Amino acid sequence: MNFSKSNVRKKELKQWMAFQVFRALSILVVVILILILSFITYHGISVISWEFLTSMPEDGMSKGGVFPAIIGTLCLVAGSMIFAVPIGILSAIYINEYTKASFFKRFIKLMTNNLAGIPSIVFGLFGMTLFVKTLGFGDSILAGSLTLGLLTLPVVIRTTEEALKSVENSFRHGSYALGATKLQTIRRVVLPMAFPNIITGVILSIGRVSGETAPILFTVAAYFLPKLPTGISDQVMALPYHLYVISTSGTNIEESRPMAYGTALVLIGIVLIVNIAANALRKYFSKKVKMN
Amino acid sequence: MKKFLKKAVEKTIEGVLFLSSTITTVTVVLIVFFLFREGKSLFQSSPLEEGFVLAINKENAVVDLSSNQIKNIFDQNITNWSELGGKDEPIFLFRLDDIGNYYTDEELGENLEFFPQKTNELIDKSAGIIAFFPKKSIDSNFSGKILAIENVNLYKFFSEKEWFPTAQPVAQLGVLSLILGTLWVSFGAILIALPLGLATAIYMAEIASKRVRNILKPLIELLAGIPSVVYGFFGLIVIVPQIQSLFGLPVGETALAGSIILGIMALPTIVTISEDALRTTPKEMKEASLALGANKWQTIHRVVIPFAGSGITAAAILGIGRAIGETMAVLMVTGNAAIIPHTFLEPVRTIPATIAAELGEAPQGGLHFKALFALACILFIMTIIVNLTVEYISSKRKNKTSH
Repeated sequence: MNFSKSNVRKKELKQWMAFQVFRALSILVVVILILILSFITYHGISVISWEFLTSMPEDGMSKGGVFPAIIGTLCLVAGSMIFAVPIGILSAIYINEYTKASFFKRFIKLMTNNLAGIPSIVFGLFGMTLFVKTLGFGDSILAGSLTLGLLTLPVVIRTTEEALKSVENSFRHGSYALGATKLQTIRRVVLPMAFPNIITGVILSIGRVSGETAPILFTVAAYFLPKLPTGISDQVMALPYHLYVISTSGTNIEESRPMAYGTALVLIGIVLIVNIAANALRKYFSKKVKMN
Repeated sequence: MKKFLKKAVEKTIEGVLFLSSTITTVTVVLIVFFLFREGKSLFQSSPLEEGFVLAINKENAVVDLSSNQIKNIFDQNITNWSELGGKDEPIFLFRLDDIGNYYTDEELGENLEFFPQKTNELIDKSAGIIAFFPKKSIDSNFSGKILAIENVNLYKFFSEKEWFPTAQPVAQLGVLSLILGTLWVSFGAILIALPLGLATAIYMAEIASKRVRNILKPLIELLAGIPSVVYGFFGLIVIVPQIQSLFGLPVGETALAGSIILGIMALPTIVTISEDALRTTPKEMKEASLALGANKWQTIHRVVIPFAGSGITAAAILGIGRAIGETMAVLMVTGNAAIIPHTFLEPVRTIPATIAAELGEAPQGGLHFKALFALACILFIMTIIVNLTVEYISSKRKNKTSH
């Protein structure tokens, strides 16, 4: 090998160049993100007002607010979480605590991964045939929530599984040694310890559900419905679908542009809040665990 | 007794847990069932508009026509029966609405009660006729010949280029342009996302300080959290006009716009998975490389990246999978023209966008509806292939890292 100075310098130069390229590309990714966020914030912030958030859309959706869409999205988020969170957590507990490394476990994992990879529009079709038509729920919050719930189920299962896995086995053994049963161990030891990470996962999936459009197209979303839902069999407007409608097929696309910016900003706002909350929780709990 | 009760409770709970764990499997099975049941029925249906028939003169030697031939006849690309293996006779098109050109209102009667009879008469006397009219208007003494229309078949479904399910008299159900459109846009997306995403992953895993990484990580998560409609909206307002003016195009809604947006959307998937893969490189390997005098870049280049190679491949495939299934953003920026793209600067239409755009208008149970389900089946199979490939790669990886 040649250890001459020029060779070493060449080597270092190459490294420096490569690192600069990687740094620049990473910065580009961040710039893209900031560009999108700031563009929508810049145009949308003047639209956002208390009135925008709490009044009905008017005038072919070119004026007024997005109140029914916000309420609709909240209903769908709540509905899908009521369905997906318990089942997802129970499912993850079974997979992580009860099954040993076996064919069954691998199969279930494979199916969960497959479900996670199915495109959201396929969930939409499925929800329409099963919930709307076959079970006769019609276009309703119930059908939409169940569809969204199934969509987000793999996310909940996976994050819960990760959370359970991160609880060290010594805690389980300690609990057994004290004479606790498996169920007691799970309930009193494993779940409380895994709780922060589970909650973080759930919060992140709320963000995802609130922005999904394709699954609700044919299961619940209403084009224009300036009233609030009264029950789970009602149709609702939803923020993402509303944004789609007013930016592509509204009666007056140019005039409703400010409304579209506003709606996009509300959606981004939800995502931001959800992400910040999840990160804050993660930080808060990780400090707490360290102290113990 | 108490002990027994306790045991029973434990068993019941275990049962509930077990049932919950099967729900993903059950869902996948149900999705397959509903999708394929509806999609399969497409291949037992005639592409001819429901309730209608095509009739020709009884002297005409032609017995059956393919949907493509019928389309060409009605588009007047084929104007002589000899082109279809019949006699040398110019083709005479007759649609329901044309009846007024041949008979007066009086002749047809007040409620068109003589329509069947007159149509029959017309078919009988014109040798070159091909008549498209409702089945219920077939005269009781019908003396023409009803054309046999072959059902939609799998081969045609995949090989025909034209997608026009509401075309009259026969629906054109060729998915080739949609499949190619989907792949085209997705590969474009990965061409953009892979270099960017991989660079970011390498930077985060190997180069950046912990502090920088702690800033980058949540930002990437945020990028993943932005809803697809918002991406679509951004693309529609910013990227589409830019492309239009940059390349001087009549419309900016192109495959390129779709690829850029999908590329951005696929970034988080690629960054996260390849970063994880890069991080699994054993410390010993890196240290051995450094001890041999390699610098950090040489180590990354020659040790870390090759080691994480399969993981990076998995990330790329998964990124493609995400792009293939993405609906709303693509629907908003690609222009949705069902043509086979030749450059990135043409409008394209992807499978998910087609389903989302057309399902609302397709009457339930009709041919169009079934065709959209068949499309969903194709999409489903594509994504399952992607998933299984990734699964296979990562299971091989696990074996490698556990040694």
